Amino acid sequence: MLIGKPPNISSSEITSRDDYNSYMNRRRFLRSAASTAVAASAAAVGADRLAQVFFPRVGALADTKLDTVKSPLTTTGEQLTSLEDITHYNNFYEFGVEKDQPAKNAGVLPTRPWTVKVEGKVKQPKTFDIEALLKLRPLEDRVYRHRCVEAWSMVIPWVGYSLSEFINLCEPLPSAKFIQFLSYYDRHVEKWATEASFYSPYSEGLRMDEAMNPLTLMTFGLYGEVLPNQDGAPVRIVVPWKYGFKSAKSIVTVRFLDHQPPTTWNDMGPSEYGFYSNVNPNVDHPRWSQKTERRIGQPFYAQRRTTLMFNGYGDQVASLYNGMNLKKYF
Amino acid sequence: MNRSILVALKTLTWLACLWPLGQLVWGAVTNNLGADPTAKITLTTGYTTLLLLILSLAVTPVRRLVPKLAWLVKFRRLLGLFAFFYATIHLATYIGLYAGFDLNTMAHDIAKRRFITVGVAAWLLLVPLAATSTNWSIRKLGGKRWRRLHKLVYVAAICGVVHYWWQVKPGVLAPLNMTVTLAILLLARPVLAWVERRKTRAAAA
Repeated sequence: MLIGKPPNISSSEITSRDDYNSYMNRRRFLRSAASTAVAASAAAVGADRLAQVFFPRVGALADTKLDTVKSPLTTTGEQLTSLEDITHYNNFYEFGVEKDQPAKNAGVLPTRPWTVKVEGKVKQPKTFDIEALLKLRPLEDRVYRHRCVEAWSMVIPWVGYSLSEFINLCEPLPSAKFIQFLSYYDRHVEKWATEASFYSPYSEGLRMDEAMNPLTLMTFGLYGEVLPNQDGAPVRIVVPWKYGFKSAKSIVTVRFLDHQPPTTWNDMGPSEYGFYSNVNPNVDHPRWSQKTERRIGQPFYAQRRTTLMFNGYGDQVASLYNGMNLKKYF
Repeated sequence: MNRSILVALKTLTWLACLWPLGQLVWGAVTNNLGADPTAKITLTTGYTTLLLLILSLAVTPVRRLVPKLAWLVKFRRLLGLFAFFYATIHLATYIGLYAGFDLNTMAHDIAKRRFITVGVAAWLLLVPLAATSTNWSIRKLGGKRWRRLHKLVYVAAICGVVHYWWQVKPGVLAPLNMTVTLAILLLARPVLAWVERRKTRAAAA
């Protein structure tokens, strides 16, 4: 199924599954060959700190293969952004404000054991173990365009299932109109958080109907494998028609509310980051235009492209905003 | 200062000033400018501009404090012109890679976005300074008028730092180092002048 406008990319540019598989195999081989060498020398000096120096931790579980199925909701016709760029160009302020810092620092995030607490306007508060969440529904491969509010974009093959499947298990009350996601926060682990003026857990939220839209993805993986820590391990939300910061990472609490929750960036700069933050080329950020974007991983003369309304997912989500003034509720 | 030492130091300064550009060109040729090359080019050229402006503004206070280093003035024009050079590439990056050479987009940006307004203002302030950087211009204008004109560099540098602050996200403190350094260098001027006046008065009395 084709999502959004027809792509203007020729099919020759798309990485085939076979190319992707051989790329991944090569990568795994290199990684294991390298780690064997390092392990040997580390054993020789009796220090696994050495391995730490040469190969900063990328999370104990990253690289673990996930069993996935195809999804009709995947975006076709786009060239995937490389795994290297997706994992080394991140905004994850709890691990540093520079784009390359999360890849270096997020290794300290303890992704096991991990639970997700469900509270607020629900029949009964519950706690889900991450292992149970992984088995809740078949994990789907879903390629989505990812548009950052900073006017850059990627195309990412996520792994997960629709958030609505999880919400149904939470049994929200009819009074639940909004959903709030709280990210892992421990300033002793995330030593970089306070530098970025993060003094409380990252908070994001959606209106209930947005959260129930089948495109909204409860995400566990990337490129067929467990999420690397810097991309929001072990579980995150992906809302492909909204700016990236709406897609909260490393979620520990899901709260159902009868009112709009406070959200981190909206609190930091209400004139710059709206609660809705739908991708909208007609509403500029105060400091830059949102009409175009820079595709990550392309050469400098080929990065610029037109930004699509709702990031190209208008067919599925435009009806959520019927009658709403999207300039006011940006 | 010995002429051959001066030539050697000038050569080194040229190489150091060309280094950031060299890295960008090499990165572009080898397709190695990172995930977001456009941003890399913009940030590198912008940062280098401010760095060189601050270095050129450090020359005078350092000379006042350490008279032995008076020869540093021979490097001031070089630093200033390289600052203008990087500012121009920075502006060209905006025109080509951000605005796509579209005049409407540029007019809109300059009118509406204060960080672009103040950035363009900074570049415009540097233009007459670069244009009057030759010995011929100094003679033609006369030292006094030339010096007065070149005080515009203070305004340009302040505009540059404000441009930096207005461009970063709320909460990001990256421009702080440059702001503090520039403030010290600008405040050093009246302070040093005052100290000197007191000294001459003391000597006269």
